[in-house]
Amino acid sequence: MTDAKRLTLAHGSGGEPMQQLLHQHIQPLFDNAILARQEDQARLNMTLAPGERLAFTTDSFVVTPLCFPGGNIGTLAANGTLNDLVVGGARPHYLSCALIIEEGLPLETLQALLADLAREVRAAGALVVTGDTKVVPRGAADGLFINTSGIGVIPAAVDLGTHRLKAGCRLLVSGPVGDHGAAILACRRELALGGDLISDCASLWPLVKGMLEEPGLLAMRDATRGGVNAVLHEFAAAAGLSVELEEAAIPVRPAVRGLCELLGLDPLQLACEGRLLAAVEADAAERMLERMHAHPLGSGAQLIGRLVPQRNSAVIVRGLYGVERSLPAVSGELLPRIC
Amino acid sequence: MKYVDEFRDPALVAQLVKRIDASAARLPSRQQPWQLMEVCGGHTHAIFRFGLDRLLPDCVEFVHGPGCPVCVLPETVIDQAVALAQRPGTLLCSYGDAVRVPGTGGSLLEARAGGAAVEVVYGPRDALELARRHPDKDIVFLAIGFETTAPATALALQAARREGIGNFRALCHLVLIEPPLRALLADPQLCLDGFIGPGHVSLVTGTRPFDFIPAQYRRPVVISGFEPVDLLQSVWMLLRQLEQGKACVELQYRRVATTSGNSAARAAMEEVFEPAPSTEWRGLGSLPHSGLQLAPEYRAFDAAALLEPRAATGAEPGDPRCGCAAVLSGRMKPPHCPLFGRECTPATPSGPLMVSSEGACAAWYQYRQESADDRR
Amino acid sequence: MCLAVPAQVLSISDPSRALALADSGGVQREIELSCVIADGPPETLIGAWVLVHVGVALAQISEQEALASLALWAELDDGDGA
Repeated sequence: MTDAKRLTLAHGSGGEPMQQLLHQHIQPLFDNAILARQEDQARLNMTLAPGERLAFTTDSFVVTPLCFPGGNIGTLAANGTLNDLVVGGARPHYLSCALIIEEGLPLETLQALLADLAREVRAAGALVVTGDTKVVPRGAADGLFINTSGIGVIPAAVDLGTHRLKAGCRLLVSGPVGDHGAAILACRRELALGGDLISDCASLWPLVKGMLEEPGLLAMRDATRGGVNAVLHEFAAAAGLSVELEEAAIPVRPAVRGLCELLGLDPLQLACEGRLLAAVEADAAERMLERMHAHPLGSGAQLIGRLVPQRNSAVIVRGLYGVERSLPAVSGELLPRIC
Repeated sequence: MKYVDEFRDPALVAQLVKRIDASAARLPSRQQPWQLMEVCGGHTHAIFRFGLDRLLPDCVEFVHGPGCPVCVLPETVIDQAVALAQRPGTLLCSYGDAVRVPGTGGSLLEARAGGAAVEVVYGPRDALELARRHPDKDIVFLAIGFETTAPATALALQAARREGIGNFRALCHLVLIEPPLRALLADPQLCLDGFIGPGHVSLVTGTRPFDFIPAQYRRPVVISGFEPVDLLQSVWMLLRQLEQGKACVELQYRRVATTSGNSAARAAMEEVFEPAPSTEWRGLGSLPHSGLQLAPEYRAFDAAALLEPRAATGAEPGDPRCGCAAVLSGRMKPPHCPLFGRECTPATPSGPLMVSSEGACAAWYQYRQESADDRR
Repeated sequence: MCLAVPAQVLSISDPSRALALADSGGVQREIELSCVIADGPPETLIGAWVLVHVGVALAQISEQEALASLALWAELDDGDGA
């Protein structure tokens, strides 16, 4: 195939062009023995030690534009699923990768995106072992959609989840919030914004690996769609408790704040793709923060709040002047305001 | 951020609160609290976001005013915008605020889900740019707003005319600040003691639309900025006028606002628009000379002409229990309305003040759930 | 009712339409200066701070007035009278 080659419906039809696409252009990127067997299913030898559990997750990725400052749909599809595993305390082992391609996508673009996906998965010590490719007519997809599923193993000693949340526990965020959402908004052509807005898209495994060695970790979530706001509401609802948040402690990069002032948005509602929220025992919070600060992915970590017995609102923010207000859950699409 | 952070400084805010307390203590004592109306929805938003109402002494209260162009947008305008967005070959461009407002057949967002072409833009020049890029489509800009926002639409229409961009149109529902204020002050049951004037409207208009308030009604006005220090400083300036028995228009927002406003912005508005005989306001009904329409030389840009003419619909009847009018005149707090939080929520607004997050009821619903419940 | 943000004019992108690139808290956007240029060329506004609403600069920000109002409130801390 030449550089200018674009994908057509023939590449998804199951015949020769599809075999060529898979064997010559896609499989080499994920190079591993399990995938190379080319069976209809990946065959995995996984023996669990007593108390170990499998973690299994799936997520679909759609983003416009496909490439944005700090990442692309490939890195997003890798890290999104890896992070869904690791915030449960699971070490990632295997991923699947299913593509829905809009006809006309340049082959070169697809290869570059998948190379990035493969690199991120490998960096986390995992393998892409099975996949699927479909090509749909122009207009039936937006360039490329990716679904990835992931399997990981949770060590016997690790038990994280909202069932362990309790009043008094502290909430830590691993770094500045809203970077990904701000970067994507700035890419929207009709808003025409420039500036130092870069997605935080990253695999959290290297950070979480260290955190799992510290005592007192109760639950973690990655703050993707709906941002930190959504995770706080999930924690409050699952635990039957309320969240008290200190507005001044929430880390926000200057340009993200600038974008929020300009468009009338709240950084807590903007998506992150490389940040987690951790609930930890009150007496373990300081040590956990130190541990997080020791890793580049957690260098901007902050203690931002705590869980308290249920109040009349799920999430309450203490503002700059000590006045409390309730933080409503995100409703619908983020829209720039003029008023 | 320069010109923002300084005006949010907690130490300065604390000082201002002390001065407000002292000034309030010197006011003549009376049964009901001193009620200060912030006219502008942007002020309402800042008051709730920073909790400024909770920093005031018990005897001073904010009353939330009618200055939210989204809240006062009638359903008929949304319906027209939806019809345009559904028209083949048409792209409807709107500020983000307006796309969630329900019309009789749903909002623009809902219409988009049904296949209508709707694009959220930051300003009218972005819609004009879309018209340049897509000469084969009719690009319709939903032009809403008060005097602050109208000049941007005027400038875009001037550019369209100059450059001969015939596929750019505007669906205009531009309104003026003075008529609703006059309607409000004419209420014999008015309980308001002073007004925090809309700083960004006054950038264009100057102080003229507010002169009648002290002149006819002996109520003080302070034109205010939008940061916490601005708003508290304005409260203190109002209390000082009340204390001294004065009533005049003062400027707090001096770093940008002047008594004369922006003549270039007004000149653009005057070329493109003319006063409309009467304009419909959600919740307030029809007010004479309260809005703008395209001037004869700009009628070719009127998007309404693209629509089939239909029988004029009257004002929506609305729920008779709706307390918006009483909230606006300072006689009722939002949670005391019989519909508040029951039939009337941000998802299902019965009255105008619940429609956008700048509306007094919606802001109360969003930010004050905690305190409202605590008081029960 | 109207969200407006301070922005600093960085450069003139289209002198004939009075369009400029401006920075607002680290975010750059094109804005229109036609309502704030008196008679001179738009270039004279490079470096100036303006207040922007829906992409149009509606006023120049006076640093002197901003400082004056902040200083006034700092001063008033001790006394109580006006």
